[in-house]
Amino acid sequence: MKKNNHNKHPHCDGNCRGLCCTIIENFSVAFGKKRILDNVNIHVHCGELTAIIGANGTGKTTLLKAILGEVKHSGKLKYLDAKGVRRGYPLIGYVPQYLNFDPSTPTSVFDLFMACMTNVPTWLVSPHDIRQRVSRSLELVKVGDLINRRLGTLSGGELQRVLLALALDPIPDILLLDEPVSGIDHKGLALFYELVSDLREIYDFSIIIVSHDLSMVEKYADRVILLDGTVVLNGTPNEVFNHDLSRRAFGTFISKQKSEARPAPVHEEGGIIC
Amino acid sequence: MLEWWYRLLDILLPLPWLDHIFMKNALLAVLLATPLFGILGTMVVNNRMAFFSDSLGHGAFTGIAIGTLMGGIKPLTATIIFSILFAGTITIIKNRSSASTDTIIGVFSSTAIALGLVIMSHGGGFNKFSGYLVGDLLSITPYEIKLLFIVFLGVLLLWLLSFNKLLLISINPSLAASRGINTLLIESIFSAALAVVVTVTIQWVGLLIINSLLVLPAAAARNVSLNVRQYHLFSGLIAIVSGVTGLTLSYYWNTVTGATIVLVSAALFITTYIIRNRFLD
Repeated sequence: MKKNNHNKHPHCDGNCRGLCCTIIENFSVAFGKKRILDNVNIHVHCGELTAIIGANGTGKTTLLKAILGEVKHSGKLKYLDAKGVRRGYPLIGYVPQYLNFDPSTPTSVFDLFMACMTNVPTWLVSPHDIRQRVSRSLELVKVGDLINRRLGTLSGGELQRVLLALALDPIPDILLLDEPVSGIDHKGLALFYELVSDLREIYDFSIIIVSHDLSMVEKYADRVILLDGTVVLNGTPNEVFNHDLSRRAFGTFISKQKSEARPAPVHEEGGIIC
Repeated sequence: MLEWWYRLLDILLPLPWLDHIFMKNALLAVLLATPLFGILGTMVVNNRMAFFSDSLGHGAFTGIAIGTLMGGIKPLTATIIFSILFAGTITIIKNRSSASTDTIIGVFSSTAIALGLVIMSHGGGFNKFSGYLVGDLLSITPYEIKLLFIVFLGVLLLWLLSFNKLLLISINPSLAASRGINTLLIESIFSAALAVVVTVTIQWVGLLIINSLLVLPAAAARNVSLNVRQYHLFSGLIAIVSGVTGLTLSYYWNTVTGATIVLVSAALFITTYIIRNRFLD
């Protein structure tokens, strides 16, 4: 029985290469007797895009919900700044998988933002400074022209960008995206990933994406984590996709990748690489 | 108490139907109650709570029955407390249980109304309660108008302080929760406010149509609104116009005021429904 060394408690000796760092420490989630997540240990650095992959039912969404605090879990979430000093609870920006809402609701994109940003009643006023702020947030994700559109008239891709803009105001420490591009065509997907990828250059936050889209993950992720109730693999896309366990989980895609890339050694000891 | 109002009307609107004091009172009541329903209705419709608010009417009806059973005089305080508890219980059970909301509300609503009817009919004295089914706006007293005004201020305060949170919850409760909103608390406060408004006004508008007053103006406004400000403006306006028009018509047609107002609302709904495509993308 191969020991799972990718799930050891992470030690980032030194300063994590001078990057700020989010530590997910021993996360476990159980519903009644069933253990969904068991001792998950993950280290995410600022400026890095970490993708969490895994088959259905392996606990990916549960992990996100645990990070958000929506689901009861044991274990700790720690956030350290670039010098390794504990900085309190990180600000988390969350982009949900999709937004189930009533499409006939008479709410504009601006209303949604204003309701999130302030307590000033949006049924009464729409102040100029808030309008400008919303405009800027939307421009960031290249959908500035949607500001007055009713939510129900947005396409899937437009809504996804609006939700991303929402998660970026204020700029978070960690950006969480839960399979953000289900139901969007391939071109939209590529644009979206490119956008998210660009963001981490501009803002120094950590990005965690839960995704099924292995081609995108392979192209844009700095680190990939294969999850199956616990962390099975943790490494660069190349390393993870060429590993036996991935091939077993994902079959054909991985074997295709292997024929194109030379196999790289996967770290079997030492737990998480910093 | 309302002399200033009577004098104002005599100067501004010296219309025949406003000659009587009770009509002047009714007009003031309409001008207070209809925007109240218009505003509350926006979130009732947004949250698909029409069935819930209907059940509050039933709960209020029972509250009146229970209150009368316990005391003899108009038991408003007891009724309000009962209504808030009723609303709160439904809200909590809705959140805890996996049974469908529809079913839960159905159970509470039907039990409440049956209980109310049983209590009221016991001893054969139901007739004096039939007024609560249909309502009698024209019987409103200045004291009750003052009460209505206080309720109006309360809801306005709630709307000024908590609307944004309510809006987020109405769009998607998980999104609201992910932004740190205590959804159960806000929902409960909203339900309680709704319960109070329904209880206080049920004696004037009647159990049978109180829900329509909440739902119709907002539903009509939805057809022509692109954002939340327009939604409120139109809902309020439609409610007020329905109210005043309905009041006037009920005077001349000699019909029940509450129901007449609802018919005007319905006509406005049909109108906005027909023209909706001009406004929506």
